Amino acid sequence: MSTAAITSDAGPLDPTAGHHGALGRLTQAILRNRKATAGTVILLIVVFVAVFPGLIARDDPQAAIYDQSVGPSAQHLLGTTQLGQDVFAQLIWGTRLTLIVTVVVSAIATVISMIIGVTAAYVGGLTDRALSLLTDIFLILPTLPLLIVLASYLPPGSVTMIVVLTLTSWAFQARQLRSQGLSLRARDFLAAARVRGERTSYIILVEIIPTMTSLIVASFLGLSVFVVGFAAGLQFLGLGNSTELTWGTMLYYAQQGGALEAGNAWWALAPGAAVAFMGAGFALVNYAFDEIGNPALRPVRKRRARTTA
Amino acid sequence: MRYLLRRLGFFVLTLWAALTLNFFIPRMMPGSPLQALRDRTHNKLSPAALNSLLSQFGFDPHQNIAVQYVQYLKNMATGHWGISIGGSLGVPVRKLIGQALPWTLGLVGVTTVMAFLLGTVIGIVAGWKRGGLLDGIVPPVFVVTSALPYFWVALLMILLFATGTHALLPNDGNYTNGLTAGFSGHFIFDVLKHAILPGATILITAIGGWILTMRNNMITTLAEDYVKMGRAKGLPSWRIMTDYAARNAILPNLTGFAMQLGYVLGGSILVEYTFSYPGLGYLFYTSTTNHDLPLMQALFLVYTLAVLVCVLLADMLTAGLDPRTRDA
Repeated sequence: MSTAAITSDAGPLDPTAGHHGALGRLTQAILRNRKATAGTVILLIVVFVAVFPGLIARDDPQAAIYDQSVGPSAQHLLGTTQLGQDVFAQLIWGTRLTLIVTVVVSAIATVISMIIGVTAAYVGGLTDRALSLLTDIFLILPTLPLLIVLASYLPPGSVTMIVVLTLTSWAFQARQLRSQGLSLRARDFLAAARVRGERTSYIILVEIIPTMTSLIVASFLGLSVFVVGFAAGLQFLGLGNSTELTWGTMLYYAQQGGALEAGNAWWALAPGAAVAFMGAGFALVNYAFDEIGNPALRPVRKRRARTTA
Repeated sequence: MRYLLRRLGFFVLTLWAALTLNFFIPRMMPGSPLQALRDRTHNKLSPAALNSLLSQFGFDPHQNIAVQYVQYLKNMATGHWGISIGGSLGVPVRKLIGQALPWTLGLVGVTTVMAFLLGTVIGIVAGWKRGGLLDGIVPPVFVVTSALPYFWVALLMILLFATGTHALLPNDGNYTNGLTAGFSGHFIFDVLKHAILPGATILITAIGGWILTMRNNMITTLAEDYVKMGRAKGLPSWRIMTDYAARNAILPNLTGFAMQLGYVLGGSILVEYTFSYPGLGYLFYTSTTNHDLPLMQALFLVYTLAVLVCVLLADMLTAGLDPRTRDA
């Protein structure tokens, strides 16, 4: 389980905080927290590279037309692969698919965990027991082995990667959203909705879920940290589609080509560093999110530290 | 008592679910073990011999699937895990697992415990001295290290310490080939030398999470009234830190640690693969690439059992440390 996901249980922001100038408030909160600023800048860079790779790297990432296994130079910033492809171009062009897989998996898994967790909490009774059991079972099943078994049997590719990672990653967040949902159950606004005669699905989707926005965002961020690493890990093991260009498949080829022992170590180091960079971006934002939601965790200012000492 | 029964029921149900998944996934997916076995034996065995080999672990393609399923459950429960049809053709699965298990426990188990203990202590101290030097460095550094991918740290380690002609440390295997295993100083030193890089990799990537959660739990706990009470009574601060704050702050982490311990067996796959360390994770990786169904199924069972047992133990430990949970 991702460590950042574990740290994200600090609790939601005040749901009544209001939506007036939400964007302005968000910008302010991000600028005021150094970890949030760093994380956001990292993620913005990644998104920019994923959208406009052509602006940064002009070489064709797949064309094997250069000298083979040479180290970094002005011509090839990160050297070339064993086949003579430009590593820098591969890194830049590989960003897009890496980011898409991460975001899609985290988004779908968050939605699944949201629906299952909140339904279990709100409906209660037998439904709750069945859904909780399902969640617990998925929590216990060894994730990585299950991922590897599934990925080794399904046709390799991004779609498989997305399906497999989604199936194995929703449970932890579902459990958290359930306990949050339980604490909301007795609130007056839900009683009012029931009295109005709203349908259960309406109450869950329109009344409960919007009040949990911050926890849901935290779930998404926590999942992203986990998914970036796991997707790359699977592809590194050779379980991805080797014709697709992602950081994970770059690592796979670098390992197969013995990048560390002979020639160009940057071929293996650069994609790994990129995975770490993106993971750190998500982790920093996630951690800052905890601090914003739970003021006790915020860094102590020097002056206050002196007076309390 | 009712609580215990309910936990046991959950235990059995989860195990059954894992076993069922384990049975149906390989059978519904393309790629048959029969074909894999035929390739592996270079078409030397007769079809009848192949079939008898397969049926030894309950895989009988012509049999009714329900009958197969019941037979499979029975075999798994009674420890008839069959023989490998992968790289080590004909070797009993239990023997393969028995050989790999100590290496994984020794490497990954020990480093996981070390990461938890070290991380918890650092987290306690960082959370206790808010705004201190340690607390200023800890959060940003470990937020980043906890996001580092396992295998990338491994590659970095190999590059720094284990490449070139004057490599400081070995980067593959568990001990130097040709060395006789035994309790000689030379052999133990060699084993330790092989464990340094993979061990350090696990430690670096695992410790951050423990430090951060422990620090955050500490800070939340320190705001509680019973900590103020302890201070008001004039207790020495180390007692407040350990007995009052840390004892409570560690509770939410115990279950996480238990699950992590359970994941040790399965989670070691990437590290063991990168360092070619012959533990359970490496064994599992090779079993999937070889379509070695009996081995894969048995390993999956072992992994699930490990997590379940650890979670049950954590429940009991939590009940021991926190009287509030005993009535629940």
